[in-house]
Amino acid sequence: MSPRRLDTTALIYLALAGVVVLGGIAVAADGGNLFSTANLVDMLTRTSLTGFLAIGMTLVILCRSLDLSVGYTAALASLVAATAMDGDPNRIALGVAAALLVAGLIGAANGAIVAFLGVNPFIATLGVGLIIKGYLDTEYKGPAGVVPAAFQQFGYTRIAFVPVSTIVMLALAAAGIWFLRSTRTGHHMYAVGGDIDVARMSGVRTRTTMMTAHVLCGMFAGVAGLLLAARFGTGSAEAYTNLYELDAIAAVVLGGTLLLGGRGGVAGTVAGVLILAVLDTVFNVMQINPFAKDVLRGAIIIAAVAIYARSQLSRADRRPRFAAGAGATAGRP
Amino acid sequence: MGRMRTASAALAGGGTGTVVALLAVIFAAIAFANPAFFEGPSLMAFLKQAAPLVILAAGQYFVIVSGNFDLSVGALVGAQVVIAARLIDGEESRTLPVLGLMLLFGLAVGLANGLITTALKVQSFITTLGMMLVLYGAIRLWTGGAPTGSLSEAFRGPGRRGIDDVPLVGQIPWALLIMIGAGAAAIWLMRTRFGRVLIATGDNELAAELSGARTDTVRTAAFVLSGLSATVAGVLIGGYAGVTSQVGEGMEFTVITAVVLGGVVLGGGRGSVVAAMCGALVIEALFTLFNQMALPATLRPSVQGLIIIAAVAYAAGRRTRRPAPATATASTDPS
Amino acid sequence: MSRSPVLAMRGIDKSFLGVPVLRSVDLVIEPGEVHALVGENGAGKSTLMKILAGVHAADAGTIELDGRAVSFTHPLQAQQAGVATVFQEFNLLPELSVAENIHLGREPRRRGLIDRRAMAERTAGLLADLGVTDLDPRTKAKALSVARRQIVEIAKAMSQGAGLICMDEPTAALADAEVELLYRLVERLRDKGVAILYVSHRLREIFDLCDRITVLKDGERVDTVAAADITPDDLVTAMVGRRIEAVFPEPLPGTAVGEVRLAVTGGGNDQVDGIDLEVRAGEIVGLAGLQGSGRTEIAEAVFGVAPFTRGTLAVDGQTKRITGPRKAIAAGIALVTEDRKAQGLALNQSVRANARMVLDANARVHSRERLARVSGVLSSLDLVARGEDQEVQYLSGGNQQKVVVAKWLAAEPGVIVLDEPTRGIDVGAKHKLYAVIRSLAAEGLAVLLITSELIEVIGLADRIVVLHDGRIAGELPAGATEQQVMAYATGRSPA
Repeated sequence: MSPRRLDTTALIYLALAGVVVLGGIAVAADGGNLFSTANLVDMLTRTSLTGFLAIGMTLVILCRSLDLSVGYTAALASLVAATAMDGDPNRIALGVAAALLVAGLIGAANGAIVAFLGVNPFIATLGVGLIIKGYLDTEYKGPAGVVPAAFQQFGYTRIAFVPVSTIVMLALAAAGIWFLRSTRTGHHMYAVGGDIDVARMSGVRTRTTMMTAHVLCGMFAGVAGLLLAARFGTGSAEAYTNLYELDAIAAVVLGGTLLLGGRGGVAGTVAGVLILAVLDTVFNVMQINPFAKDVLRGAIIIAAVAIYARSQLSRADRRPRFAAGAGATAGRP
Repeated sequence: MGRMRTASAALAGGGTGTVVALLAVIFAAIAFANPAFFEGPSLMAFLKQAAPLVILAAGQYFVIVSGNFDLSVGALVGAQVVIAARLIDGEESRTLPVLGLMLLFGLAVGLANGLITTALKVQSFITTLGMMLVLYGAIRLWTGGAPTGSLSEAFRGPGRRGIDDVPLVGQIPWALLIMIGAGAAAIWLMRTRFGRVLIATGDNELAAELSGARTDTVRTAAFVLSGLSATVAGVLIGGYAGVTSQVGEGMEFTVITAVVLGGVVLGGGRGSVVAAMCGALVIEALFTLFNQMALPATLRPSVQGLIIIAAVAYAAGRRTRRPAPATATASTDPS
Repeated sequence: MSRSPVLAMRGIDKSFLGVPVLRSVDLVIEPGEVHALVGENGAGKSTLMKILAGVHAADAGTIELDGRAVSFTHPLQAQQAGVATVFQEFNLLPELSVAENIHLGREPRRRGLIDRRAMAERTAGLLADLGVTDLDPRTKAKALSVARRQIVEIAKAMSQGAGLICMDEPTAALADAEVELLYRLVERLRDKGVAILYVSHRLREIFDLCDRITVLKDGERVDTVAAADITPDDLVTAMVGRRIEAVFPEPLPGTAVGEVRLAVTGGGNDQVDGIDLEVRAGEIVGLAGLQGSGRTEIAEAVFGVAPFTRGTLAVDGQTKRITGPRKAIAAGIALVTEDRKAQGLALNQSVRANARMVLDANARVHSRERLARVSGVLSSLDLVARGEDQEVQYLSGGNQQKVVVAKWLAAEPGVIVLDEPTRGIDVGAKHKLYAVIRSLAAEGLAVLLITSELIEVIGLADRIVVLHDGRIAGELPAGATEQQVMAYATGRSPA
């Protein structure tokens, strides 16, 4: 990292600050206040669900994998949790454990298919997602299970204007940052995503690393499922129709993690999640047509990645030995 | 002789053998469940239904073999159908102008995908994901949420009708002829210099560029072809199935599944367009088989998921068990 | 009683799909020995090394390390047993730092967590041990030169406590001065009692560095001899089974130096400056210089990859603005790139698809007549392949390089730039390429030859242009000595 250039994460937080300022101005011009308690709560509430999914997604994307099944996993986890809890506050722990276990097993299946069967992760996780979808559609025609009031607090309680779920999300994000930096397995994810052959030849247990990333991604989807269950008070198969996985991928990529793996991190992802949440809240406050939101969101994701691509291009330039002469042009073919 | 050998090698390579075998197995299962399937009319009906996916698969093949994805085709198919219904609004006379407009729109979406991916260096996964959101939102914004208007009879012709009173098969659907035409065009394109440069670009962009290939141009052209295929597929699907807000939903994944099932490797540089189109036929045959086995429709995704994973795992296993570079001693035969 | 050998591989057999690649090969390395493994491409060197590194498993035979029988099914086991391998392809992760790369897979831990401070300290210690003091352990590998990456790889091998380090063509990408650095590293390692298996095509290095030599040919061990007991000529004979009369072919009869075909006047960009260069029809001009002196940069500028931003460039007397490869190709310039796998070939495509790639990609040079001649070009290069449908990934390095040369010859260029055309290819293929270069000159092409091997420039070039730090340091006629070239290359004047 050369001192003259901001590193990617700093750049993203700068972008986040820009989005907050511009959003604040836009809302103010519209006669509102983006920073009112209600709006702040709305904004932060939006971060937790995408956040959980995006943190897990960051791990698999760092390994140059992907998980398109997280939306389905979260929906299934919400059903498992709600039916296991069955309205009984004493069974909360059981419900949480069951949901995380099922979600972790789905992650393990994804990981095994990718790491051991050598199936392209796009196909593998799409396939697993379809399998879960078929199961959900066949077994659950509607909501199932009851979440006891105590656990619903996870969905609604807040400390000042900060929802508990957001605090949990941020805590897990911090854990994710620590995991990637300080544990061997986390550190090895960068190596596996950077060049799996080199990692293997260096003695990195690439399959174990890949499996770990997928299991953790699955479990993060499980946490997202728990949040869905807490919010709805029941398990909901319908949740997958919201295409959460695409939101999560968008947040990860917006956060500067390379879709091709090997570079990025959870800190950037959190910023990506926040940017999406701020935008959603701004659109909401300004009562922009929900369909226009999709259009804008699509455009913003493309624009953001285009900007990152540009900054990385200039970064890759060679150190010049001779000053450019008059009328020198950039030397790209 | 040499040409024949090249053709058969091209057919056998890139997983074509696998996908043809798979197609045969599924057809055998269908025949077992319902021997009447292979009588002319029902076979024609199957091909009519399969045509849009096969055409989409050909379009997606160009994008995938050049090393990209096109996730926006489902949304584009949907958008085209909605555009057709709203603009034609039941007026026969508007059919041709609207078709022309749709063609331009499809090409423009492909061009935008291509330019964003190549000139702005955005990964195609993100470009076309963004495009999918944009199209999805823009179409609903334009129509206020639900599709309005209706299609003309002429517009519905290609997807619905055909050459009637043909002995043995009854009706030869226009969709089948369009599919054959599109398939032949795709095969021809891959044999032109464009096709050769496209596949080389997907295999090794830098080497292609240093050989003077316009890699960005051919990749952009691949997206434009994908946009074109989505337009044609949209016309067929609109004619066949009518207008709903769900048209095209999830189709991008089905078509990518089809192409990959054909042994075309994500990442580019490998696989044939024939195999990609066969992959689409396999998926459609699979759906037909599900129907005949009276599987609950809700279980279809599960079986589809299992099969795609199994097929790709099988192909991956074969690839890794490929011969190591043996020390060849035979000299080149100038064919 | 003598110590048992560091490594004793005995009776190693290996076949791929029924094709035997190694037949009952023995390889014994004594403690503290630098042992050369030589042979033509396809002789089985790489396979033997990969068996030793745990990448492939042998079909038959035994491996003993320090007298203990071992069998490896994974590279990790080989490393843990003290066998480290520095492969030809670089094995560093560009996004990780030097320290992280060295310790990858074996990061020092404190209370179960990665101890970054210990990692940096150990790295600095290792590098100092190797006599390298100006390399920051925190630098990302992508910022390092090729030579420095190699140092990091060797440091990595050392950090694994390796008792045996295998080096696969370690100097393939190094310029002569950097080779000196590698020599010192090898000597330091030997002094520390580390045994080294040195795989190389370069005879000079083998005789400079190695104690004993094992020769492989067609998957069998021909002989193991002390380096002192064999002459280079006899060694080459043992490898190829035939005596090579002269190393470099003489110019073909009828070769005439004609008009200027390529002329660069005052060429410069951000990497090179003040380049005045002329290459005439029928002439072979050698471009020499140390790694990083601007050799490849001149090739890239002439070919338009990173164009000259100053000065003029003319082809056959006409001034051209070469802003990209397409312009260069249209002007009749060809570039055989340095890295054939990354820059030259689409590895999954057939020999034929690659050989016609330039024709397919450029309407300006495409023609039916040229397409029809592609097969002829391939066979004129003595390409060894199962057929034109074979994917180039399955060819040996030398044959892959022939395909790269073929794709350019198919376009019938007037000027051909060859950047390290013989890197990492076997002796037989090298000789074929030397002959091809001579025949290109005889056909009236202007040839610009870039190579790290001084002997090649001296043996082939009609004139030698020597670069130093991005500028032309001097020009020497044919028949110059290595000392003269090195003097210019290192920024001095020849005595």
